[in-house]
Amino acid sequence: MANKKVNAVIIGAGAGGGIVAKELATAGFSVVLLERGRWHTFNEYNNDELISQRSNALTCPFGPDNEKYRRTVPDGKGGWRVVVPNEWPYGNNAGCVGGGTLSYGAMAWRFMPEDFAMKKTYGHVEGSTLEDWPLSYDDLESFYEKAEYEIGVSGDPSLNPFAPARQKPYPMPPFPYNREGNMLEPSARRLGLHPFPIPMLRNSVFYQGRSPCIHMRTCIGYACPVNAKAGSQNTVIPVALKTGNCRLLTNCKVSEIIIDERGRASGIRYFDAQDKAKTQPADLVILCAGATETARLLLNSKSNLFPNGAANNSGWVGHNLQGHAYCGAIGLFGEEVYDDAGPGACIAINDFNHHNPGILGGGLLANEFIRQPYLFTGLRPPGHARWGKEHKVFQRDYFKKHISVVGPIQEMPVFTNQVTIDPAVKDYWGIPVLRISGYRHEKDLEGCDFLASKAEMWLRETGAHTTWKMIPGKETGAGQHQAGTCRMGNDPKTSVTNTHGQAHEIDNLFVADGSLHVTNGGFNPVLTIMALAYWVSAYIKKEWNGTRFK
Amino acid sequence: MTDYSRRDFVRIAAAGAGGLFFVSSCISKQSRWFFFTDEEASLAESIIACLIPADDFPGAKEAGVIHFLDRQLVGYHRRFQNLYRNGLANTRKSCLQQFGKCFNDLADEQKILFLKSLEDNTVPGEPWKDMASSDFFNLILDHTMQGFYGSPRHGGNKDYASYRMLQLDYPLIIGRHKYETD
Repeated sequence: MANKKVNAVIIGAGAGGGIVAKELATAGFSVVLLERGRWHTFNEYNNDELISQRSNALTCPFGPDNEKYRRTVPDGKGGWRVVVPNEWPYGNNAGCVGGGTLSYGAMAWRFMPEDFAMKKTYGHVEGSTLEDWPLSYDDLESFYEKAEYEIGVSGDPSLNPFAPARQKPYPMPPFPYNREGNMLEPSARRLGLHPFPIPMLRNSVFYQGRSPCIHMRTCIGYACPVNAKAGSQNTVIPVALKTGNCRLLTNCKVSEIIIDERGRASGIRYFDAQDKAKTQPADLVILCAGATETARLLLNSKSNLFPNGAANNSGWVGHNLQGHAYCGAIGLFGEEVYDDAGPGACIAINDFNHHNPGILGGGLLANEFIRQPYLFTGLRPPGHARWGKEHKVFQRDYFKKHISVVGPIQEMPVFTNQVTIDPAVKDYWGIPVLRISGYRHEKDLEGCDFLASKAEMWLRETGAHTTWKMIPGKETGAGQHQAGTCRMGNDPKTSVTNTHGQAHEIDNLFVADGSLHVTNGGFNPVLTIMALAYWVSAYIKKEWNGTRFK
Repeated sequence: MTDYSRRDFVRIAAAGAGGLFFVSSCISKQSRWFFFTDEEASLAESIIACLIPADDFPGAKEAGVIHFLDRQLVGYHRRFQNLYRNGLANTRKSCLQQFGKCFNDLADEQKILFLKSLEDNTVPGEPWKDMASSDFFNLILDHTMQGFYGSPRHGGNKDYASYRMLQLDYPLIIGRHKYETD
């Protein structure tokens, strides 16, 4: 059954999709915003660590659910094994109105100018598809600013000498340091580093009718009870709906982009909340489903003109999957450092983001988000017992007496780090699922060791009596920072979209999510995803004349 | 959900209650578990008592973690039913082969050494040829941590035992920090 045709159908109501919906709806476009999940409220889950997007121990509370979704990953014996969303290798982000921004930690980083020009900065890297973005930091600057003001960011860039140039200050003042921050600040200065408060998509004061942060212990991984945490669900999506031009359809799973005989997108097919097959015709199709599901949708949309999937005659859709190689160190202290206030992460340095001798890129370092008892059971020095009396004594002695300093190492893009379509396994609706596979570039792990050593040094200077490094494994991961699978670029042979997120091969098909990232920065990527969504929207608004592009 | 009228509901509920009465009067040992057999529960409880033992504070056994496992194995963790069933059966068999007695009857040090051999995949013998003993060990270890450190709402962490040990206030009151931060 076909719905009434609209100007734009947007797939995914997360960081990117919410913004595109608001931008187009306020500009007078008729919009349908499709979301596979639903609206959530804080009260559904009651501060429960086992039902948080941080642990995913019993379920992914903000979607998707284990019953309907599947992926496959290498089983280590040359075959593939099925994984469900709450298992780590699945690489889940979220599936709900707001996407990851409902329950995220909300760090609000701008990438640095070097992050858009990695090849120019570091040269060709063997075994990597490292490339420069087709746009620069200066191109995106005003769109970063728009995200910071419309979604709402607290911070103070004046203390960070490495902060990229900006026209306007943040709209809200920074958060004060917690106990960990107050300990880490003077020691960083003694080491000649440049600590500053982390910019956050979180209200430090009343902003746009929403309350300031009340420092819940259950912050990251949970919805905010007072909406102090700003996501697309409590900022741009309500604005979009208020225009009357945007219809949000929840619990709707999109299966395919419909490509007409002339090779243009004419709409999408989806299953509604009652699992009825429907179609949504539209002038424009905009994919904002995240780097894994956006690629899946393109790969699953095969037609005569696009036998390898929509907009994929280059064969580049699904490749160069990146997340972040998270690394860092843990330090044990003689005194209590825990202050039971969320989100915990408050202090950072950008001293090691670039220009580290022998290292490609780098990453920020920050104190870790607040720990909770179950996940703390996984933090132990190398060789320490995981169970028994020693486990319990450690848990008791150090739950409140440890600090963790971590950071995301920018990964070198690797072509064979990829998502492809599994030929056999299907999800609840019969839609073929993704395979995720690949290994990190060896330079990433060198970067991890470098950054973790710096974290260890910082913790020692802060007074830790014992420290150890945390280095990730070799397997590539998607997860919350998934990016890179529909790279933007100027060459249609080695990229999927142009500078404006417009598919090279299908002019009315756009991407506006982390898939576009050529490289993923040494930062949490959400503010860049938001800025790109404004950037893509601005192009559509300017260039679309109602029937075609000017 | 199926749409029953209230009258249907009362009738079904009555039938259910009658059925239960009938069963319990015929079979002397009515299982109190959702998933485990009595024997499995007893073995699993002995294992988790080693994973988080009692000291000055309650351990996994005292905090009722067995009820967390039992409930989740017919709930969120139901996809692990076979792994548990086979893992417990293999544990029982290899204990009998190695020591000539049940795990529950081993001395504490023997129990710990045996569990370490499960953890390291060094347990000898036939029973583990189809599955790695560490797969089972890691699973029950992870679930024990969930049960002991998770919310009591899921069946374990009775009386907030682990939160008391860690001196964490529960339940959390929304907005409390607004008034208590300095």
